[in-house]
Amino acid sequence: MNASDEKGLSRREFFIRAAKAGACIAAAGYLGYRLYDPTGPVGSGRIEPASVVLPDFSIPELRGKMAIATGSDRIKSINAALKPLGGMETFIKKGDRVLIKVNAVIASPASLSATTHPGLLAEVVRLCLQAGASSAIVTDNPINDPESCFALTGIGPAARSAGASVILPREGLFRFGSVPGGALIKDWPLLYAPFEGVNKVIGLAPLKDHHRSGASMTMKNWYGLLGGRRNVFHQDIHNIIKELAMMVRPTLVILDGTTAMMTNGPTGGSLSDLKQTDTMIVSTDQVAADAFGATLLGRTVYDLPFILKAQEAGVGTADYESLDPARVQAG
Amino acid sequence: MRIVTVRRISQAFFFVLFMWFCVVSSLGTGWMQLRGWPVSWFLELDPLNALGTILTTGTLYSGLVWALATVALTVLLGRFFCGWVCPFGAIHHFVGFAGRRGKGVSAKIAGNRYRSGQSVKYYILFVLLAGASGSLAASAIRAALGGRIGFWILVGAAVAIGVAAAAAAGTAGKARKARGVVLILLGAWVAVAFFFSVDRMIAASLQTGLLDPIPLVYRSVNLFLLPLADSTAQRVFAGQRYYDGAWAIGALFLAAVLLNLIIPRFYCRFVCPLGALFGVLGRYALWRIGRRDGECVQCLVCEAHCEGACEPSGSVRIPECVLCMNCLHDCGHDSIAYRTAPSEAGEVAAPDLTRRGVVVTLASGVVAAPMMRLGGIAARNWNPEVIRPPGALAESEFLTRCIKCGQCMRVCPTNIIHPAGFEAGMEGVWTPILNYRVGTSGCQLNCVACGHICPTAAIRPISLDEKLGRNAYVGAGRIRMGTAFVDRGRCLPWAMDRPCIVCQETCPVSPKAIFVRKVYSTVHGGAFRVKKADALTVELLEADLQPGRLATGDYFVKLPGDTEETLRRISENTRTGVAVGADKPFAPIPPPGTPLELQVRLQLPQIDPERCTGCGVCEHECPVSGRRAIRVTAENESRERNHSLLLRRTSK
Repeated sequence: MNASDEKGLSRREFFIRAAKAGACIAAAGYLGYRLYDPTGPVGSGRIEPASVVLPDFSIPELRGKMAIATGSDRIKSINAALKPLGGMETFIKKGDRVLIKVNAVIASPASLSATTHPGLLAEVVRLCLQAGASSAIVTDNPINDPESCFALTGIGPAARSAGASVILPREGLFRFGSVPGGALIKDWPLLYAPFEGVNKVIGLAPLKDHHRSGASMTMKNWYGLLGGRRNVFHQDIHNIIKELAMMVRPTLVILDGTTAMMTNGPTGGSLSDLKQTDTMIVSTDQVAADAFGATLLGRTVYDLPFILKAQEAGVGTADYESLDPARVQAG
Repeated sequence: MRIVTVRRISQAFFFVLFMWFCVVSSLGTGWMQLRGWPVSWFLELDPLNALGTILTTGTLYSGLVWALATVALTVLLGRFFCGWVCPFGAIHHFVGFAGRRGKGVSAKIAGNRYRSGQSVKYYILFVLLAGASGSLAASAIRAALGGRIGFWILVGAAVAIGVAAAAAAGTAGKARKARGVVLILLGAWVAVAFFFSVDRMIAASLQTGLLDPIPLVYRSVNLFLLPLADSTAQRVFAGQRYYDGAWAIGALFLAAVLLNLIIPRFYCRFVCPLGALFGVLGRYALWRIGRRDGECVQCLVCEAHCEGACEPSGSVRIPECVLCMNCLHDCGHDSIAYRTAPSEAGEVAAPDLTRRGVVVTLASGVVAAPMMRLGGIAARNWNPEVIRPPGALAESEFLTRCIKCGQCMRVCPTNIIHPAGFEAGMEGVWTPILNYRVGTSGCQLNCVACGHICPTAAIRPISLDEKLGRNAYVGAGRIRMGTAFVDRGRCLPWAMDRPCIVCQETCPVSPKAIFVRKVYSTVHGGAFRVKKADALTVELLEADLQPGRLATGDYFVKLPGDTEETLRRISENTRTGVAVGADKPFAPIPPPGTPLELQVRLQLPQIDPERCTGCGVCEHECPVSGRRAIRVTAENESRERNHSLLLRRTSK
């Protein structure tokens, strides 16, 4: 038996077979060497993600500009408020790519004033494009289903028909971001992708009651840029609003106080929650805009600690009169 | 053009149409969205859905009237639906074709021989239909007890239908005996009814959708294939769609499809209750497949690609034939035809059934429904975790209509409608229940899509006015799916002295159904004595605070005699001291040794059950992301009067 077996395997065949076996062992050994991990996993919660920081979109020479227009027609008021500041052309130049952050928080009709007014949004888009902007992007990460929110509030159709593109939040659009000098927003998912390639940012917020923080205005509006399970931030609402204001340095904020939501905020849901306050505020200082907006809601800066916190952090001034705001009557 | 080519075009057309309907079932007006597409059309064409709901409810709902067209054509032509229209059949056809490629002719013929197991599908049909007919039997018995003349008409009709069905199913030519069986069964029911109160023993349960191929293929594509295929492309859905327990739906689908590799059209031949129904309905078809006289050399090539395994070479089994027409095409001797004259080689016109089998399956079906109800899941043992979509009927009525097709789950814009596992009992498997954790929000206030896509009105097509209790519905109030309950042991402000109230903020109804109770609570270890103080700051004895921790705007200093109105808000804190806001300086300045408490202002959420609709937005948004600290259960849902929570008051 043995003899015949040995006879069956020629020397040549033996070497070939030995070479193949050797190659297999070598490959296994090499793989084992390359994949060897002596320490084990660290746990994904401990890995520091690569963090982004939003750039500064403000224009240094235009700091501290503010105008307040009164009137019940939003289109007239926004134009009237922009006029003493030199019109939209002061802020938007030819070829600019503009991002407009609206408040689309809930899927309810525009008449309930829980969200940015679609007519006002369309006018702002139009003014941007007229001033020479090459593109305008409208975005928000609302509480309710994004598609329903943009459709039902009228924000989506209004933006598109005015010539802007709408970016709905999707998983792939968020990046981990941080706020320099911040304590809360650290490696937190931000709706970052819409900002890529953009060089001007406008915040367009309605004036609303907010049960937890006291008021939702231009600074609170940036909350819609947060992703993840952001609701944990309600445990420290005033500091998170301060950090949001530190995070976004916009070209311009517009606070629409034409119809203010006085109660049941921030979602409202009834006409009885609303009051005509007939005011449109345009400012390059979001703290000043909010400080003035607070007066329309019948609140002081001491009722809304986030305003003084933001001022302390150097975002702007709560003493809006020091900016000598232009006061105009619209149409 | 060859008849087989025409059939393939027809199959491809209906399959593509079906897939198109699945893709565009997203709410919206875009060209790839719902618009006005009749996306439930195949469900409406399916006569098993129509027959099932007729048996359980005595009515033929809206679009289900399309089934009449299918029935009429089947009576005339035979099982054309299986071979020419059914999208699930097309999948089986193709996979079976792919699976036998490269096999020899004799192996193909062997694969397509008739197997006695093919009669199982008829028994499945009988069980499902008998289970659905309980309430019809109940109404007959009720009429009997009432002694009304209508009873005898009903009995006459029942006997006539029974005899006709038995003849159609033709229990292997023993028609006389079959007649006897039907009469005995009916007699037994009536006799039982004289001695017992039968209503409790009787229930109708519509379970056809479990195996009916049309609901099955809708469910499988919409809840399993599309979410899987779209997870990277994201062309159909805005984000990843999730369906709780979708693996089971997918497993059934894959099993059914892969069985084609063993025996072609396995599902159609052995399992499909719809095919069985068509087999019975096609009993008197005017045109049939059959042999011409002469010519046949028994080469059996006609059976090589026979989809129905109906033995066209010999006595063709009419109820098994799916009209694939392959035999017509394959026969080299032109000895097979689709014509009015019966086959020269004889035919087997009736399914291959035994009397015993029919009796046992019918009886099991009738018993199964009350047996499943013994758990009390549709009665006192109702499961509060079963939250049905807005407009859903009361549970026992709901179960007589829901065919588990998954259309509501597909269309829901927030992805909160999910196929139930066993939460709603055996009967409720794959019926829609709401899961507020998985989706992108809660039930949207201004959305009624689910009721409008439902092909059987298990979820009624309510208007927005009805859902929101407006205009004509002011008196009835909003439709409630349930009520939110705060879990005080898990809620941040209730259990842990942390401010939060996300739930209150996101509550979409006005006035809000969540209200807050404001309290000032001394923080854990927050009682100190003053070391020294000035107008705006105070140093504390033996304090070791985390700097900045109390500067959130939610913390206050309480001195003896302070009330809620006179508390001072902390603006900043160091390790050993706190500063208060400039609007309220200390006056007088507290002397050293004064006791002082650090308090947190909390807003404790509570529910107003009269306003809460159970929409679940609060549960979805609750930052306690595992088991939420506020959760909706079906308590106080408006569809079941005896689930109400509140004392009913009628205003004059």
